Amino acid sequence: MSVQIWTYLLVGITFALYIGIAIWSRAGSTKDFYVAGGGVSPLANGMATAADWMSAASFISMAGIIAFAGYDGSVYLMGWTGGYVLLALLLAPYLRKFGKFTVPDFIGDRYYSKTARIVAVICALIVSFTYVAGQMRGVGVVFSRFLEVDINTGVIIGMIIVLFYAVLGGMKGITYTQVAQYCVLIFAFMVPAIFISIQMTGNPIPQLGMGSKLSDGSATFLLDKLDGLSTELGFNAYTDGTKSIADVFAITLALMVGTAGLPHVIVRFFTVKRVKDARKSAGLALLLIAILYTTAPAVSVFARTNMIKTVSEKEYSEMPAWFTNWETTGLLTFEDKNKDGKIQYVADANKNELIVDRDIMVLANPEIANLPPWVIALVAAGGLAAALSTAAGLLLVISASVSHDLIKKVFKPNISDKGELWAARMAATVAVVIAGYFGINPPGFVAAVVALAFGLAAASFFPAIVLGIFYKKMNKEGAIAGMVVGTLLMLFYMTKFKFDWFGGGTSEDWWFGISPEGFGSIAMVVNFLVSITIMKFTPPPPENVQEIVEDIRIPSGAGEATDH
Amino acid sequence: MSDKQKKATAYWKENVKYLFILLTIWFLVSYGAGILFKNALDSIKIGGFKLGFWFAQQGSIYVFVILIFVYVHLMNKLDKKYGYNE
Repeated sequence: MSVQIWTYLLVGITFALYIGIAIWSRAGSTKDFYVAGGGVSPLANGMATAADWMSAASFISMAGIIAFAGYDGSVYLMGWTGGYVLLALLLAPYLRKFGKFTVPDFIGDRYYSKTARIVAVICALIVSFTYVAGQMRGVGVVFSRFLEVDINTGVIIGMIIVLFYAVLGGMKGITYTQVAQYCVLIFAFMVPAIFISIQMTGNPIPQLGMGSKLSDGSATFLLDKLDGLSTELGFNAYTDGTKSIADVFAITLALMVGTAGLPHVIVRFFTVKRVKDARKSAGLALLLIAILYTTAPAVSVFARTNMIKTVSEKEYSEMPAWFTNWETTGLLTFEDKNKDGKIQYVADANKNELIVDRDIMVLANPEIANLPPWVIALVAAGGLAAALSTAAGLLLVISASVSHDLIKKVFKPNISDKGELWAARMAATVAVVIAGYFGINPPGFVAAVVALAFGLAAASFFPAIVLGIFYKKMNKEGAIAGMVVGTLLMLFYMTKFKFDWFGGGTSEDWWFGISPEGFGSIAMVVNFLVSITIMKFTPPPPENVQEIVEDIRIPSGAGEATDH
Repeated sequence: MSDKQKKATAYWKENVKYLFILLTIWFLVSYGAGILFKNALDSIKIGGFKLGFWFAQQGSIYVFVILIFVYVHLMNKLDKKYGYNE
């Protein structure tokens, strides 16, 4: 069977599975809709969290980014996993004990203030919309390449599927579809990685294959070979970076703290029964994520080495079929500058003839390595699972922010459970349509705003939540001032250096040599400092709030997540 | 301070002590071995891996996973000690 038929088959089966699960687990109450009824097992929650977390960016883009960035790509590996340590140790157990539905719920109650709640809602919406647009785009890319439909049709098909199970099932439907999606995506990521690892190094475990000798009889270590190939072509040695140590440090920190502060991740820990389940499921989630995250750098090494060996100084006319396939998508371009009919792939931009979009490395990898058609189709199904599961999780945060945090808690407190459920479904529908619009007409700044999403989560939520738990005397004046200053500072820096507002600037004007991607860590520190300073000069929080803080520190008696 | 409050304070103190120790390790493997001392560690080679590079792309992630499970284990024991388990 051809790749195309395999793809239709595998994508069709997985989509039917997701829809079946959605019908089986549809939501009957707001509690089902927001926190899946509160009775999800730690393992199911761990799998759902892992699928929720691993987006199109993790599945499709990350290994490609690392393949071209080498050591510099480590910031994503450490940043997007290390955040779970912060989440498990500093946030998840306490937020579960607190026992409400959303992150703005916590901020609003802990800081006894509607203003704080609204600031939190706005941050949650900005962060989630930023993210979801990228997911829809990922769906479109996979569809257009593997099913040979137009990108826009792909986005619309993806919208309908997500709409179906997010709107019908709420958190309950999403949780159980995410469990299925985790299985699909991890299988799809591992199978080609294992195949290629055996091919290149003879070691079936990619994590070890990456550090093994090549099996072509040359007795060179793979990484040494790649370092050699890279420097020969004028690139940096693969295992060395180009970024400054300070910047790598700042970006890693911003990504870690941002991960811990992302509302769609935090909210997953409201769905388990007890505080100890929240801790355990954070551990399971990271374990399941680590399987992909430790394989991805191996895939990067295999893919980069394979690619250089396949194209460098080879005749253009003798390129394999995948080369031309990707050329038609425009994600791979060749221009024979010196007219010798061969491909020069080198660091010098004036002589380089090949431009490869980093997003295609994972998708093209099985083709480059000549793997059977079903493996290639599997990767397409995996990419879709990764994009859809994350999109659904984000849509839920958006709809809960609108129906619960705004309508129920601010504008119409006496709305009935049924009315609120209806509002949640409406909000999810509107959110899907907006996300689809961004998927079809992607704003040119998507890449820039994803970094912004992490920076914002780091600069706004993380300090407010940590201080809310670990610093009993933190009051609303301090927390609000911290969130506002942190967020504005982050927005200012980002727009200045990414969009050239406020006079713009180049990398030479960066403060302390920190890039906009890493600035979230500075804005976070500023948030902490502002919060604590303002707190010193304003009245302490009321007695009953201090009692709440004492209560969330004790794990027993968590009860179920409730509305009031 | 009532007995109940004393117990809660003692529990919290032990909890914060654990957090401090675990987060120190968290910092050392990622920011320490993977970033600040990466170049120094790279002179050591294990198999095909330079050690600093290995910590940045592999080792730190393994340690993160272990840290959370150690934390789960320590906290379950602590909960039992103070009678907060359920």
